Amino acid sequence: MRESSGPSLRSSRVRALGRRSRDGSAAVSRATASRCARRRFEPRIVIGSIALTADNATPAPAARTYRDGVRAIAPIAPMAAIFSASFGVLATAAGMGTVAPIVMSATTFAGSAQFAAVAVIGTGGALAAIGAAGLLNARYAPISLTVAPAMSGSFLSRLVQSQLIVDESWAVSQTGDGGVDRRVLVGAGTTLWFCWVGGTVVGVFGAELIGDPERFGLDAAFPALFLALLVPQLRDRFAVAAALLGAAIALALVPVSAAGIPIVAASAACLIGLARR
Amino acid sequence: MSTVWIVVVVVGALTVGLKAVGPVVLGGRDLPRPVLSVVALLAPALLAALVAVSIFGLGRDLVLDARVVGLVAATAALLVRAPILVVVLAAAVATALTRALA
Repeated sequence: MRESSGPSLRSSRVRALGRRSRDGSAAVSRATASRCARRRFEPRIVIGSIALTADNATPAPAARTYRDGVRAIAPIAPMAAIFSASFGVLATAAGMGTVAPIVMSATTFAGSAQFAAVAVIGTGGALAAIGAAGLLNARYAPISLTVAPAMSGSFLSRLVQSQLIVDESWAVSQTGDGGVDRRVLVGAGTTLWFCWVGGTVVGVFGAELIGDPERFGLDAAFPALFLALLVPQLRDRFAVAAALLGAAIALALVPVSAAGIPIVAASAACLIGLARR
Repeated sequence: MSTVWIVVVVVGALTVGLKAVGPVVLGGRDLPRPVLSVVALLAPALLAALVAVSIFGLGRDLVLDARVVGLVAATAALLVRAPILVVVLAAAVATALTRALA
């Protein structure tokens, strides 16, 4: 409980700031903005500003800001930090040392795959660990497809911003028409990234302080977030059918397939959208 | 290179590629209409699958444990239109209490 009171207080302050600091870039039409952004393919790139460039395409109707993304993810960010601390603990215990788990959190930045790799690496070796993590992250291919229209800008900018895609940042940045709001995704993803890497550092060096995260019910907190984000998605019969079918496919495959496959296979449920004309 | 670093580097590169494939290949372009009507349903399908597997899945088993109590608490919080923070905390606290009492 205590971990979360800070961010929730901060989020209300962030909300007040966010209202004041809307910029005028939403007035530029989406098509024009993305065309301009794509042409700007010059080598003159400042690494530090890539993740936060503000001139990319934004859906015009409701301009949302990076702060909206920070605010949207605030309820779950402390849980992600504790979760990643437990990853650090487990990784060090599994003999990965201290640097490798931190590098993994910074580059892979995907909870379930990292836990799976750690669980398998000791017994199954490198290939098994890579296979398990790859299957668990395969869902990011279709997810990244839904993000594509929102991300224009240079090759490098798209590459860097796409790394901020995780289940949670993608879920909170949904615009409701199948796409995402880029700024919300970047704001939420950046917040999660710092929590994730910071949590791993704490876990790696402060192993014994954490204990078992399941004691705090954290394993139920993430599905609760996904459920809360699912409900507003259920606007018509097709969405309800896709949700039910997705859950059914996933549950049916859990007993008979390797971890990760149920979730990837569930994405096939969205094919019922082909029936909608 | 040790096994650990091979895994860290390969899994990292693989994940970077998976996350980047959409934005890097198609970035900024609108998706064709049939694709759009399909990906619009990806969020409900994947979110429902994530909820189902992370509540009922335990390795290769389907189980009913303290997480179900958390799911019920989250649903109750959603029904009274509680903010997301309350929904998430309700699930965590209900699950933790159930484990402590069981």
